[in-house]
Amino acid sequence: MVGKKRVAVIGAGMTKFRRNLKETGKELSYEASSIALDQAGLELSDIKSVVMGTAPDAFDGVHMKGEYLADGAGGWEKPYSRVFVGGGTGVFAIDAGWWHVASGKFDTCLVVGEEKMSSCYPHPAYAFTTIFDQIYARPLGVTLIWIFALEMHRYMHVHGIKKEEIALVSVKNKRNALDHPCAQLGANITVEDVLNSEVMCWPVQRLDISPTSDGAAALVLASEDVAKKLTDNPVWIDGVGWCIDSTYWTNRDLYYPQYVQCAAQMAYKMAGIKNPPKEIDVAEVYDPFDYKELHHMEGLMLARKGQAPKLTAEGVTQRDGDLPINPSGGLLGVGNPIAAAGTMKCCEIFWQLRGEAGKRQVKGDPRTGLAQAWGDLMQYGSVVVMRS
Amino acid sequence: MSEKIKHFPGEAVSGRDIRDGKVPCIKHRPNVKYLWSAGVAMSRFIEGMKAGKIIGAKCVKCKRIMVPPRAFCEECFRPIDEYIPVKDTGTINTYSVSYVAGDASRIKEPILVAVIDLDGASKGMGILHILGEISDWKQIKFGMKVKAVWKPANEREGSVTDIKYFKPFKEG
Repeated sequence: MVGKKRVAVIGAGMTKFRRNLKETGKELSYEASSIALDQAGLELSDIKSVVMGTAPDAFDGVHMKGEYLADGAGGWEKPYSRVFVGGGTGVFAIDAGWWHVASGKFDTCLVVGEEKMSSCYPHPAYAFTTIFDQIYARPLGVTLIWIFALEMHRYMHVHGIKKEEIALVSVKNKRNALDHPCAQLGANITVEDVLNSEVMCWPVQRLDISPTSDGAAALVLASEDVAKKLTDNPVWIDGVGWCIDSTYWTNRDLYYPQYVQCAAQMAYKMAGIKNPPKEIDVAEVYDPFDYKELHHMEGLMLARKGQAPKLTAEGVTQRDGDLPINPSGGLLGVGNPIAAAGTMKCCEIFWQLRGEAGKRQVKGDPRTGLAQAWGDLMQYGSVVVMRS
Repeated sequence: MSEKIKHFPGEAVSGRDIRDGKVPCIKHRPNVKYLWSAGVAMSRFIEGMKAGKIIGAKCVKCKRIMVPPRAFCEECFRPIDEYIPVKDTGTINTYSVSYVAGDASRIKEPILVAVIDLDGASKGMGILHILGEISDWKQIKFGMKVKAVWKPANEREGSVTDIKYFKPFKEG
């Protein structure tokens, strides 16, 4: 076993995801944390450490965002830290929570992911322009959507993948989200709807993209001895992994996310997983764009390079397929409050492995699940493997 | 959901109501300015731009010629050995056609964006830039050769935009 203590997830909670929520980020963090504590059967006084995950400060315009959010996440007078690895934050937060408990330092850890993207108006895209290199990239007017369009196009070109194959992901995830009570964009759409939607930045069209969202999600982690006192069905964190590549994103071949593979290999090794597509029963794969689900399935070695579209077309990744991907509805359907979206994915795997996902429950009796997030300048991968 | 959770909090409000002041809101626009030192390596790059050259950095250990140049090789984790010019021609690695500006507003005439693998740099060493002199974006192809179009020397100011754009180019 890696770590001094085995670590379990014993509770999860989240708020609705919406374009504009009335609640502040602090209030949303409080709401999600309260539900997670309640589900775990704990009070805040039982929580020995807190990890907060939240992405760029510029969205909320609060430069000490970790500190600002602390009391909403129950961090008041506690060992508290904020982690930030861009879009990878929401899953990296549970990885960080894991080492808090696995090290033996703390018996419990509250992990919270929050994002309030609506505060930067008229659109948070503008806040994103400050993430690019100020000397060689910003003078060109670079935007976030450019770099994803460039990556998507490269991926399509190298493997000869068509837009209609990719659109199937958006169709699936938005439909899955119809069964999620927190979802922002659950819908029945067709491949044609995606292909006929506004061209934003070819090959990216409007329905290829997840929305701007506000929201929060939270998880309670506990050491094995504490978890077994509180619940008969803990979900174990058996693998964690994270990895970063260079910010020189134009210096590597964008068709494949090597850093996601590195993060996955770290988590698989720890969990003793040798054949990921056979051993993973359900996965929440980071899908801010539809092509990203496919790209990440390949990086996670759930599909061979260039083969994820085929699995999707065959229905393998549907909720009733052999390898359900994003049964929650993902970022495309539930919404994309950056850090909260990654944490929502961890919540979904927790609920799936406990058999508590209701209408979204995947078939069979899933025992091993994976959540993954991705971020920074297309360079960061974070992975968690859980088992019931 | 966890079937055990009966209520999920969160009160949606409309963007219009916020802008119309029907929802209590506070507005603030920070006014902050920055002046960045270009640093050891990128100062060379910027000076090169003024002189009509694209400057790369060479590491003799891994033999990579890197663009943009850096002061140290991140793979070998040692200082680079030399700053050398690479060619202002290259190959389109990937491209996109943008109808969206930085603030997510829409533009009529699309911006043609590409990663260009530069000749004379190591394989896969691309830079981000704009494409020009292309009447129909459907003419753009992966692997197409392109060449930098520079501003006149007296208009260059030491910026990556001293290259106006890259245009299609036939070798020989």
